[in-house]
Parts: sequence; C-alpha cells; structure tokens
Amino acid sequence: MTYLHNIGAYFIMIKDMFRKPTRWSVMKGLIFKEIDDLIIGSMGIVAFISFFVGGVVTIQTALNISNPLIPKYLVGFATRQSVILEFAPTFISIIMAGKVGSYITSSIGTMRVTEQIDALEVMGINAINYLVFPKFVAMMFYPFVISIAMFLGILGGLAACVYGGFTTVEDYVRGVQEDFIPFHMAYAFIKTFVFAFLLATIPSYYGYFMRGGSLEVGKASTTAFVWTSVAIILSNYLLTQMLLS
Amino acid sequence: MIEVRDIHKSFGDTEILKGISTTFEKGKTSLVIGQSGSGKTVFLKCLLGLFTPEKGQIIYDGQSYTDLSPDQKRTLRSEMGMVFQGSALFDSMTIGENVMFPLRMFTKQSMSEMQDRVNLVLKRVNLADAQKKMPSEASGGMQKRVAIARAIVNQPKYLFCDEPNSGLDPRTAIVIDNLIQEITDEYNITTIINSHDMNSVMEIGEKIVFLKDGVKAWEGSNATIFRTENEAVTNFVYSSELFKKVRRMYQEENE
Repeated sequence: MTYLHNIGAYFIMIKDMFRKPTRWSVMKGLIFKEIDDLIIGSMGIVAFISFFVGGVVTIQTALNISNPLIPKYLVGFATRQSVILEFAPTFISIIMAGKVGSYITSSIGTMRVTEQIDALEVMGINAINYLVFPKFVAMMFYPFVISIAMFLGILGGLAACVYGGFTTVEDYVRGVQEDFIPFHMAYAFIKTFVFAFLLATIPSYYGYFMRGGSLEVGKASTTAFVWTSVAIILSNYLLTQMLLS
Repeated sequence: MIEVRDIHKSFGDTEILKGISTTFEKGKTSLVIGQSGSGKTVFLKCLLGLFTPEKGQIIYDGQSYTDLSPDQKRTLRSEMGMVFQGSALFDSMTIGENVMFPLRMFTKQSMSEMQDRVNLVLKRVNLADAQKKMPSEASGGMQKRVAIARAIVNQPKYLFCDEPNSGLDPRTAIVIDNLIQEITDEYNITTIINSHDMNSVMEIGEKIVFLKDGVKAWEGSNATIFRTENEAVTNFVYSSELFKKVRRMYQEENE
C-alpha cells in the first residue's frame, strides 16, 4: 500500500509542478542557480570518472583480446560502444543519483525541516513549482553533461591505449569510427532525457514529502538514491528493449 | 476578524483539536496559550490553512476558508504574514532578499519601489544596516525581527506568530513582543500569537485563549487571567515560583 501511495503522490507532485507557475522574473534566477548547482557543479566529477573509466574499459578489452585473428582496432570499437550505449548515459546517471539526487533531497528536506516550505505555502506560493520546476528545467541540460562524458570516456580509452602500448592511435581511432550507427546516439540521448527527468523529480519527491528532523533528511537522501537508481535501471531495461531490440 | 467555529483535527486515531470556537478581532493582539502538546501549533496551522480540519469552519472577514477555491485560498494566504518559531528565513538569500521576497512574488512594483519598502520595514524593526547579511550571520533576535519584517512587508491583514520569542533572552523577548503589538496597532491587523511565555501574556495579551488537551479551557485577557479561578489556567500560570510569589503579593495587596 505504501508503494502505491508513493507512486500516486509522486504523479500528483509532477502535475502540481506545472500548476500555478512562479513569476518568470523570479523563476529565471532559480533556473540559472540550479543549472550552476546541478549541471556545472557536476562537470568535474563526471569528467574525472569518465576519463578513467573509459581508460579501464579499454585496458580490460585489450587484455581480453588474446586471439591474433581479432583486429587490434576492435579495442576502439568496443570502447566506443560501451561508452556511448551504457557507460555514459546509465553509469554516469547512477553516479548523478548519488551526487545530484542527494543534494536535491537534502536541500528540499532541510527546507521542510526548518519550515521554509511552510513559509512558502503560507504566502500562497505553489511550493512544488517554486522548488521542483527549476530543477526539472536545469536537468534538461543533462544531455550536455553526458556528451562530455562520452567524449572524455573515449579520450580516456585513447590515452590508456597509447600509454599502455595496447594498440596504436590509428587503430584506436579506426575502431572508434568503425560501423558507427547514428541511431545509437539517438538511443543514448533519449535515455538521457528520461534519466534526467527521474533525477530531478524522484529526489525532489523524497525531500518535499519528508517528515521529521535532520536524521530523517539523511534517511530521505539515502531512500531517494536507492529509488532513483532502481527507476534508472528499470527504465534503462525498458527503453533498450523498446528502442534496440 | 477571524472567527473559528467548532474545529476538529485528528492525526490517525489521535484527536488533537476537539471542537474549538473563538473569535480574533482586528487591531488586537490575541494570544493562544497552553502547555506543550495542548494543540496550539496545530490550531495555528489550521488557521493558516496548512492543516485542514475534519470538521468546523474558519471564517476570515466573512469568507469561510473551506468554501474557497484553491486559487482564492492562495489569494487569501497572500494576505497573511507568518512568523515561524524557527524564523524560517530562506537561507540561500540575504536578509534584504528575504524581506523583499513577498513583494517580488505578489506585487508589480519596480525594483526601486520594492527596495524603498524593504528599507522602510527593516528600519521599522531596527535592522536598517543588516540587509546584506545572510540569515546564518544574524543572532536569534535579529532573525526574529527579519521574520517579522518579511511578514509585514506586503501589508498583510492577518499576522500569525508561532512562539515568536522562544529561545530569546527575556530582554530581547520583550522587544519582540512590543514590536508585534506596535505593528498590530499601526497597521490595524488581526494578530494571533502562539505562546507559553507568561511575560508575553502580561505584556501584550489583549485577548487570551487557553488551550488544554485540544479544548478551549478558558478565554479572557491579561487583565483577567490573574483573577480567574479556572484550575487549568491557575495551574499553568502559577507553575513557576516567581508567579506564585506575584500571586501572593497581589492577594496580600487586595486584602
């Protein structure tokens, strides 16, 4: 019953997010602030992880290709496919569920605990629109983060390849260009938009509807991370089934 | 004027408010007092529309809150000012931005007009120089004064204060009490204060509603509370040694 209640309340929150909009002059500032916090503020960690995980994927692939009949450029091909199809959209989104998700839940949850949300409601402001909508809009720039993650993942693979002596730059670049299917990029970005929506709204839900004190803010952040990750993994499976099979 | 008619509010199986009726008049400072757990905060949150009573009516100048559409409720709420127990200042904004917030949300004033109004109310609460500070840099008493400034900046018809001087030293508490009363007189608004502070009762209690276990146990003013024989009130009022002593002196003077 609790699950059904939460799912129902979540969709009501989504509906309320678009009702009674906050004045544009105020909303504009909130959106820019959220872009700074959620998107720009995540670039560093995303860049770091993407570069090194791209390198690890390349090393693992190269080490597992022992058959001399398999061409060396396959390392670049495997890295590109892994990074574009799964690593950048899905793996980075799980990391973002921890980083951005916990930030969203704790910031909104703290506002709940300190009665700042009550203050907004008493003033007659649609607090859900005021707090959640800017995060939703900011997260629509999330595909930009994933583009950077894709680029740096492949670049990290190149660096690992060259400095590890697994293959030449030419072979790696050839592999990256081999059998490129443009729809795979579309698939990756469709997934990214869905994940961005989940990343903005599920943590907001857990922050907005939390009850209790500072301890509960921590618990709500953890719960939000768990359920955002579950939603990302499930939607990843469904989208892959729908779009690629 | 706010009229409360027989309101009931429960959480699960626990009934918190058990049929409270009273009126709060315009231009008067009314206090809702009672022990912790007596239902004061729930009562105030029902008045603010943050909780919906299961039964009963709350009437704001002839308009029943329960009969209003969601948009009408929001409009009514924009005419309310609230000072929360913990001040509830937006910690991402400066003090000046906090006070300007209701103006930015509800008025079409230019930035200079809004700034003039902010300067005026901050001056009114003796915080003219604190505009650029963040709430975390302000003391408890300053935060309460900022909360009062934010509550009155949009010239509300109703002002609600939840324990406005909790956590403050007695001197600052008196300053806050007097400030609220002066503002009530000056702007002719309906002010309701939740408190369990007997100093506030003596200073500003033009009307007092005493709650006990979710019912209205007594109603009067600061002029009558020390004469009442109501046992629940006397147990509350004279729970401290200081007030017991005051009562003995008062009785001796009258004998």
